[in-house]
Amino acid sequence: MIPRNRALPSEEKIISVRNLKFVYEGGVEALRGINLDIRSGEFLAIVGGNGSGKTTLAKNFNGLLRPTGGTVRVADKPASELTVAQLSRIIGYAFQNPDHQLFCASVEEEVRFGPVNLGYPEDEVKAKVEHAIEAMDIHSVRALPPHSLRLSERRRVSIASVIAMDPRVIILDEPTTGLDAGETKALMAKVSQLNREGRTVVLITHDMRLVAEHASRVVVMSDGRIVLDSDPRGAFADLDLLRNCSLVPPPVMLLAHSLAKYGVPRDIISPQELVMRIVLGKGDVR
Amino acid sequence: MSDRSGKVQMKALSMRDVRFKYARSEEWALDGVTLDIEKGEFVSILGSNSSGKSTLCMLTNGLAPHALQGTLEGSVEVFGRQTLGLSVAELATKVGIVFQEPDSQLFCMSVEEEVAFGPENLAVPREEIRARVDWALALVGMRGYNDRSPFSLSGGQKQRVAIAAALSMRPEMLVLDEPAYALDPLGRMELYSVLRDLRQDYGMTIVLAERDSEEAVAFSDRILLMKHGRIVDSGMPRDFAQEPDRLRAVGVVPTQLSEISEMLNSRIKNGNFAFLRVEEAAKGIIENCFSKKGGGRA
Repeated sequence: MIPRNRALPSEEKIISVRNLKFVYEGGVEALRGINLDIRSGEFLAIVGGNGSGKTTLAKNFNGLLRPTGGTVRVADKPASELTVAQLSRIIGYAFQNPDHQLFCASVEEEVRFGPVNLGYPEDEVKAKVEHAIEAMDIHSVRALPPHSLRLSERRRVSIASVIAMDPRVIILDEPTTGLDAGETKALMAKVSQLNREGRTVVLITHDMRLVAEHASRVVVMSDGRIVLDSDPRGAFADLDLLRNCSLVPPPVMLLAHSLAKYGVPRDIISPQELVMRIVLGKGDVR
Repeated sequence: MSDRSGKVQMKALSMRDVRFKYARSEEWALDGVTLDIEKGEFVSILGSNSSGKSTLCMLTNGLAPHALQGTLEGSVEVFGRQTLGLSVAELATKVGIVFQEPDSQLFCMSVEEEVAFGPENLAVPREEIRARVDWALALVGMRGYNDRSPFSLSGGQKQRVAIAAALSMRPEMLVLDEPAYALDPLGRMELYSVLRDLRQDYGMTIVLAERDSEEAVAFSDRILLMKHGRIVDSGMPRDFAQEPDRLRAVGVVPTQLSEISEMLNSRIKNGNFAFLRVEEAAKGIIENCFSKKGGGRA
């Protein structure tokens, strides 16, 4: 693959969702009519407050949950006609809590579990496992039991076990919760690399800094609906929208907005960008 | 913070050469900590994972070594009393502690039972318990939720109930170990505004362990930085807004406003910004960078 800052999304719709509804047993309406196309190679962030429907939506992509209304198409086939095993070859899902996913005696067994279960021949299993261990940089712990590892390592093991199934789409559900700054940076560098290699990444988060730094597109959810679908700048330009969705605008965004009458654009997403606008005098209109 | 009156005052928390090693561990989780926290102070302890923040928190109310076994050296005093000489029940009336995950602390069928649990176990009279529950729920903005199940609440609400449950013991100090861990941004904001009010309106002593610098810098009086079980640096929030490298040195991301200050200072002649608040940053930038003549150029 050609290394690029970001993979260029193709026109192919790897996931296509129409009027998707999901009601949990007991009547909680978690999704109230979602329309969304995810193109192959995108780095999509899904943001929203707790309970906005982010995780429910992602679980409907890969068959962990099945829609109670509307349709999901994956790689141009109706997801309803695909088994969870078939879907998991296309879409991998790394749980928010890695401990929900890890159960084997060693890291290596854990990473092998998926491809073995999907029936790949042994030489292919080996190649996929090595690639996944390499991608998540877990060589040094491969013989250890997953539960003896630190949280940041367990997260990487859970993502490696998803990558080992060689899915085209990787869904990461709040992968940086509980990680410190160094661990977050290291993990996101690896995730970006997966995207550069051509994999579609769906990142569920409420960290607007991660969105600014990594995503090519952001979907904002509130109360089971998509209320914004744009490039990250679009989300940073709309203060009221974020506030109404339980998201707190980052300081740089608030500052850019309060400098707007001096010509500073409202859609600034990073401190670097803001400083450049100020120093280069581009914001100077007086 | 130095004592304004110059008199020797009883500290809320005082540690001298404290070392703590968990049973079956080779390493000292705390490796020589000396600190004083004044009554009414809001002190944040920042550091990366496994820097020793949580261990320090658990020493303040005797969880270590009373419940978590290990080797303790040095002295830990809360409000002038050695924690080793106090029972867990006595300590609970001095220090309230709140952990990362609200779900691990809540176990009752209703919010009221949850908040009443502590004082009930201390055999506080019934009327007094009722008054404390109402008081604590009002303080955290959860009045009227008495009969709700804790499990039907949002993350931010659960964590506020956990704080109310700690407050109903009428502690003099609240210690919080990454209390916003499981919260969404709105929940975080709710939580920190409760802490700010407790400090401002009730003079509560607050010790907050955090990985994230944004709220610590915005809300605390003083910040301690931990690394490898030691306190390696300390200062006022403004100091760290001025010198974000001091946070980076312990693996903590500086606030966005301090990153902006730092970049402006390196680009603008005589720039000496150390922004703590957005309004202040906007004012400083407008005055210094959007003047009529120079117009934003260095």
